Amino acid sequence: METFFAVLTDNWSDFVRGFGTTIRLFLIAAAASLVWGTVLGAMRVSPIPALRAFGATYVNLIRNTPLTLVFAFMVFAVPKLGVNIDFVPSALFALSVYTAAFVCEVVRSGVNTVPSGQAEAARALGMNFSQVLGHVVLPQALRAMVAPLVSVFIAMLKNTTIAAGFSVFEAGAIPAYLSERGQNQFAVLVWITIGFLILIVPLALLQRSMERRLRVVR
Amino acid sequence: MSVLYDLPGPRARRRNAAFGALSTVAIVALVAWIIYRFWATGQFEAIKWQQFQYEAVQLEILAGLGNTLKAAGIAAVLACLLAVVLAAGRLSDNALLRAPATTVVEFFRAVPLLILIFFGYYVPLQFGWRIDTIWALVLGLTLYNGSVLAEILRAGINAVPRGQTEAAYSLGLRKSQLMRLILLPQAFRAMLPALVSQLVVLLKDTALGFIIAYPELLYVGKAIGGRLAFDLPYVPAYLVIGTIYISICGALSAFAWWLRRRLR
Amino acid sequence: MSIKKIATIVALAALAIAPAACGKEGTPTPSTPGGTGAAPVSDACADTGITYTAATPSLTGSPTYDRAKGAGKIVIGVKFDQPNLGYKDTQGKRCGFDIEIARYLASKLGFDESKIEYKEIASANRETELKGGGIDYYVGTYSITDQRKNDVSFAGPYFIAGQDLLVRKDESAITGKETLQGKKVCSATGSTPIQRVRDEKLTDPANISEFKTYSECVSQLLDGKTDAVTTDDAILKGYAAQSPDKLKVVGKPFSTEKYGIGLAKDDKALRDFINDALDASFKDGTWQKIYDATLGKSGSPATAPPLERY
Repeated sequence: METFFAVLTDNWSDFVRGFGTTIRLFLIAAAASLVWGTVLGAMRVSPIPALRAFGATYVNLIRNTPLTLVFAFMVFAVPKLGVNIDFVPSALFALSVYTAAFVCEVVRSGVNTVPSGQAEAARALGMNFSQVLGHVVLPQALRAMVAPLVSVFIAMLKNTTIAAGFSVFEAGAIPAYLSERGQNQFAVLVWITIGFLILIVPLALLQRSMERRLRVVR
Repeated sequence: MSVLYDLPGPRARRRNAAFGALSTVAIVALVAWIIYRFWATGQFEAIKWQQFQYEAVQLEILAGLGNTLKAAGIAAVLACLLAVVLAAGRLSDNALLRAPATTVVEFFRAVPLLILIFFGYYVPLQFGWRIDTIWALVLGLTLYNGSVLAEILRAGINAVPRGQTEAAYSLGLRKSQLMRLILLPQAFRAMLPALVSQLVVLLKDTALGFIIAYPELLYVGKAIGGRLAFDLPYVPAYLVIGTIYISICGALSAFAWWLRRRLR
Repeated sequence: MSIKKIATIVALAALAIAPAACGKEGTPTPSTPGGTGAAPVSDACADTGITYTAATPSLTGSPTYDRAKGAGKIVIGVKFDQPNLGYKDTQGKRCGFDIEIARYLASKLGFDESKIEYKEIASANRETELKGGGIDYYVGTYSITDQRKNDVSFAGPYFIAGQDLLVRKDESAITGKETLQGKKVCSATGSTPIQRVRDEKLTDPANISEFKTYSECVSQLLDGKTDAVTTDDAILKGYAAQSPDKLKVVGKPFSTEKYGIGLAKDDKALRDFINDALDASFKDGTWQKIYDATLGKSGSPATAPPLERY
């Protein structure tokens, strides 16, 4: 038991550095994928067929590709195309490109939860496009999006561990790094698990309470 | 018809056509630029594609695909079994069963799959058990997907209107009969598309096996791409591997989509 | 239905590449890389002409051997991407100095080629696999160090290498380990060289990148994302030989790496047996034959090192 705690205290700085990177990856990639995913979602519900097709193709290609392959492509193949990006930005790019496809689907289905009769009624009352959007559609659609969005981001937080295989020192890279120093692997893994529980459980609770509070009663 | 806009009038049609033309040009330009980058950096040169002509390399890819499907298949079956057990616990009237089932489900959904796979890899070795690397991967996939599927199953059962349960009880059915005869058949229909979608996730996640050197499709792709004698053909290798993943997962996704329409 | 159409096209494309029946037989021989007119380089494993006959060993008291004998096969941990050392070619054939040593030892233990199961193990997992019995022994540029002796044991050494640097052909700033400051360095996770770079602070920690295998580092080097790949000269020479017009080895080794056969920690019986077998190969010329047919082709002549029994 003593050695179990020693694994954490002896390597405290590495755990802090690893989880620090994990959190940084998470925050930046979450913001980027939210923006890009919303743009894609807007494309998918737009009246312009070319944009709809682009959005649909993007989502279908990315959602059916393993994230690990996206990572591998970013780190090993993209430099071969003459585009050189450092390892952390590569990881951020891979995470954002992948997660955006899921954000896009949340946006699209959020908009689709609003019955079209409501917009028709609003227009019949003489509202213009921005009024319909601002007063009728978005308030309901956003409520329907929040909980699934948190789910998508929880999944992304867990997915940051894949960066470990691509020369980014985050929480998932700690086991290999510490096994070099002969630390007990099992203890290391238990501490990483605890770290992730500390990060994820609050998010999951937040999601649950949002789901209850923001439910649209029809 | 979308909730966002009405049928376009003449002006809107003109505007849409203009935007359409503009975005088509932009998209075509983007794709052309990507293809140009490929061409300019010599990705279409023969030496980089040479390997794929050979039977040994094709067999290597097939073996990788086989390993991917094997891990996914075993994990899918085990995850479904685990899901039934966990969902039964979650729906039980007995709090002593419900609490541990809930904890297990929440725990495995919160831990990154990669860490679960590491556990599956290191823990047996810690105890000196010799197991193939496939089982580390299968264990991680089973625990995670089993928990997710349990929630899908539970949601499916809870979605059956409450009146049916009440009617069944008033007819004198026992809880097991209610489950078997009334709830499960309807829940299964409702959850089938979600189940197939989750299987796509499971199939994709087998790619994590590369981190413990399980020779699945992506691992093979990396080995092929990393051959220096062929000028490091990572781009062709990942294009080929990606195409295989996308076609298999795409077929499964399309099946889920078709099911969703049919079962509605 | 455009999605369906796309799916169909993609599926057809996949089918078109999948069938093995349309494959060419034989070994792919890459024509000139990059088209610069250099001599063609082959990826195929050459036939060494060395054959081993399975012996019937008298070895008692070795749990590893008993387990392998019971299973009817021996599981050997190897590398697959190190030319001339541990390499798997496009035909699926394995070759190299380490592989030959592994085969030789297996034959001495009574296992012929058909009873060998090769397991590719990343550097970071070697101790774990040996401790847990995932493999019977490990032959793959495995340096004998005191720290590793806490977890595993070593027979040998059977080869002496030194840590060196692989750089791009046009590199002039990196001439030795002192010139690494401020440069980006790549190596394999869990390897001795990367630990030395860290311990001796040869460069800033932020400049170190790590991958599972050295070949991934070589890719980063050619892409300019790292400036040097560091590991033992024997490994680096193999890469330089495969891409002579793009890569070179600096050639100033700054350490002594004794390659050993990795074994379970408490299996002294097997360790003594393998040391005897290595000794025999040093004396009867088998070791020299193996060296000349593999590493000797890209490096300089070498003689077998003295064994360090313990």
